[in-house]
Amino acid sequence: MADAGGDAPVVTATELNVAACAACGRIVRLTERCEGAPCPRCSAPLRHRKHNSLSRTWAFLIAASILYVPANLLPIMRTQTLGGAARDDTILSGVFELWTAGSWDLAIIVFVASIVVPLVKIGMLVLLLITSQRGSHWARMGRSRMYRLIEFVGHWSMLDIFVVALMAALVRFQTLADITPRPGSIAFGAVVVLTMLASRRFDPRLIWDAPSQPRQPAPIINTERP
Amino acid sequence: MSEPEPSLRDLPEPSVRQPRRWTVSVIWVVPFIAALAAGILGVRSYLGSGPSVIIDFKTAEGLEAGKTEVRYKDVPIGKVKRTELTEDGQGVRVHVALIRDAEIVAVEDSNFWVVRPRVGLGGVSGLGTLISGAYIGVDRGRSKEERTEFQGLEKPPGVTSDQQGRHFALTTNDLGSLDTGSPIYYRRIAVGRIIDRALDADGKRVTLQLFIDAPYDKFVTTNARFWNASGIDVQVDANGFKLNTQSLATVIAGGLAFQPFPEDQPGAPAAENTQFQLFDDRTAAQAPSESESKRLRLRFYQNTRGLTVGAPVEFQGIEIGRVRSLELDFDRERKEFWTDVALDVYPRSMGRAFDSWQRNTQREPTADTFFRVLVERNLRAQLRTANLITGQLYVALDFDPKAKKMVAPAGQDPLEIPTSRGEFDQIQEQISSIVTKIDSIPFEEIGNNLKNTLKSADELVKKLDGQVVPELQKTVAEAHRTLGAATDALSDDSRLQSDVRGTMDEVGRAARSLRTLADYLQRHPESLLRGRPSGEQELKPSPPASSSTAIDTSVTPPAAPEKP
Repeated sequence: MADAGGDAPVVTATELNVAACAACGRIVRLTERCEGAPCPRCSAPLRHRKHNSLSRTWAFLIAASILYVPANLLPIMRTQTLGGAARDDTILSGVFELWTAGSWDLAIIVFVASIVVPLVKIGMLVLLLITSQRGSHWARMGRSRMYRLIEFVGHWSMLDIFVVALMAALVRFQTLADITPRPGSIAFGAVVVLTMLASRRFDPRLIWDAPSQPRQPAPIINTERP
Repeated sequence: MSEPEPSLRDLPEPSVRQPRRWTVSVIWVVPFIAALAAGILGVRSYLGSGPSVIIDFKTAEGLEAGKTEVRYKDVPIGKVKRTELTEDGQGVRVHVALIRDAEIVAVEDSNFWVVRPRVGLGGVSGLGTLISGAYIGVDRGRSKEERTEFQGLEKPPGVTSDQQGRHFALTTNDLGSLDTGSPIYYRRIAVGRIIDRALDADGKRVTLQLFIDAPYDKFVTTNARFWNASGIDVQVDANGFKLNTQSLATVIAGGLAFQPFPEDQPGAPAAENTQFQLFDDRTAAQAPSESESKRLRLRFYQNTRGLTVGAPVEFQGIEIGRVRSLELDFDRERKEFWTDVALDVYPRSMGRAFDSWQRNTQREPTADTFFRVLVERNLRAQLRTANLITGQLYVALDFDPKAKKMVAPAGQDPLEIPTSRGEFDQIQEQISSIVTKIDSIPFEEIGNNLKNTLKSADELVKKLDGQVVPELQKTVAEAHRTLGAATDALSDDSRLQSDVRGTMDEVGRAARSLRTLADYLQRHPESLLRGRPSGEQELKPSPPASSSTAIDTSVTPPAAPEKP
């Protein structure tokens, strides 16, 4: 609550009924009822906050968490070598294989990038969404940092997909060795993309929008208007 | 704060449009699609995984959890999930996850076995598993009943359920060199194999399960005979030396052969699982079955050395049976040993002769009557030598026109065929009589006489040598000398020659003198009375001339008589 106290005198553009066009940066007078009206300059829809941010983020997040299950249960890659039986690998079996093969460092990297990061990302976004919806004042600064971290780290989860895509393209020796992607990789890719979309949909301003004290915002607006 | 405030009032206001009500819900299509996709993936992966089965093996050699495949017709249909020991620790329990399509193999009568490289005498199999590692082979059963626990086979089954063909059974006294997988040949083409062998419950016979591939299975007819074609069959019998093999593979690995007998009447194809008997060799298989045979008996009062069980019985040179047994017996009346020879004769081997007799006879058309008729027509059995080197004998049934008429006693069973001495015996007798005659010649006496004669001859020769020869030598020397003298005398420069020539000259001269005298007398006959006048000097008295030397006479005389 330390930061909440520090921000007490802040006036937001919403409170001033002003908004900047997200596309061209034109600042427009925007009242609550005019939400979504086109920008006079570029006719992009004008909003105080990202449109339907919470529900959209929820939607992407739910989709991502649904797909997270097949992404980890289904094999992402099939390896066929000379004479040997084709073997399908899930991400976890790959990590396990690396670990038993002695490359524990690689195993940790893959484990963190492919399993921990998406999971943590989903978890953090859920946390952000819930707190924002409830208008919580808890650790708002920390939550903003968390959001920036999510945004930053998001694309690194695509590591596995890159590996599979590269291997499938490079290792094509017909009978000697052949690597083909399996449905798990699609699910996994979808999870990564969906979490990125979800984090993009989320509006970090919502963290700060919470009406800390109902009496405080009102006087500010009132004093500005006249 | 003061800066933006005036501008805030000047800020333009966007024209408001009616917000679309439904825009909010559009985004929920995304999780819906995600759920759908996840659902599809899940369903697909669920559909892809088939039943899980448990197979018990004796050993998990070559089986690796997560790697070893289960293959049906070489198509991977599952994978070994894990292996564990069975509760009693006697075997290995292998958990296999099959793919969805493979649930058809999880039925009651399916068989599972581990395919490993196998090198046998009959061939090499499973070489591919050297690289890929072992896999579990499946033979899909035909049953509809599902089953999830199986007892794995240690060896691949001899025949898989989808192979076309028929099963048959064979009984034999011993397995010989045959074994599971041994090929079966029909006219030396491999048409099937032994798929199983088992000792009968009583342990007395061995039953072999055969599988004959389609379309060859139709050649297994009701009268097919199977025989062991393993190895090299070397036979030395009355027919000489015989060597028989099927193929090189059977020499090493063993095998069976079959053929319908008689060949021109193959009969109807045998039903599945028909039981046949396995014969030791082709000849045995070819022999008509025992039910068709007719037992005959022979009584030989002679040495039967060289006659063996199995020796052929020939009728007019055609083999119609075999010697079944030989037994020595004693005849109290004749005080002689005799050999009781039992024969198995197949009247069918006599072909049309027997058939036509059967059709035309007024008597009972049985083989027994047939042989009785033949005996009445002087059929006699003889022992004959088949092979002079091995000394094998065979029984010849032939008509003997010189034999005494005989009628076989009625009701005799087995029928006894009267015997006669064989040709060889007759020859032996003749030779022995010759030998006896030779034996009676007094060789010793002749020898003594000859010795005496030789002794006197020797003396004579000695005498000749001691007395006559020296004389003869002397005579010869004399004769030689005489001849030498004669040669000397007759040579050109010998005295005799010159003497004779001188004498001859003298004689010539004398003759000439005589002629002169004669001439003179002719002209002067008076001179005989008066003598010669004194003036005439020419004429000279010749008689004393003979004593004068040759030289003298030859030089001087001719001048005097010639002058006138």
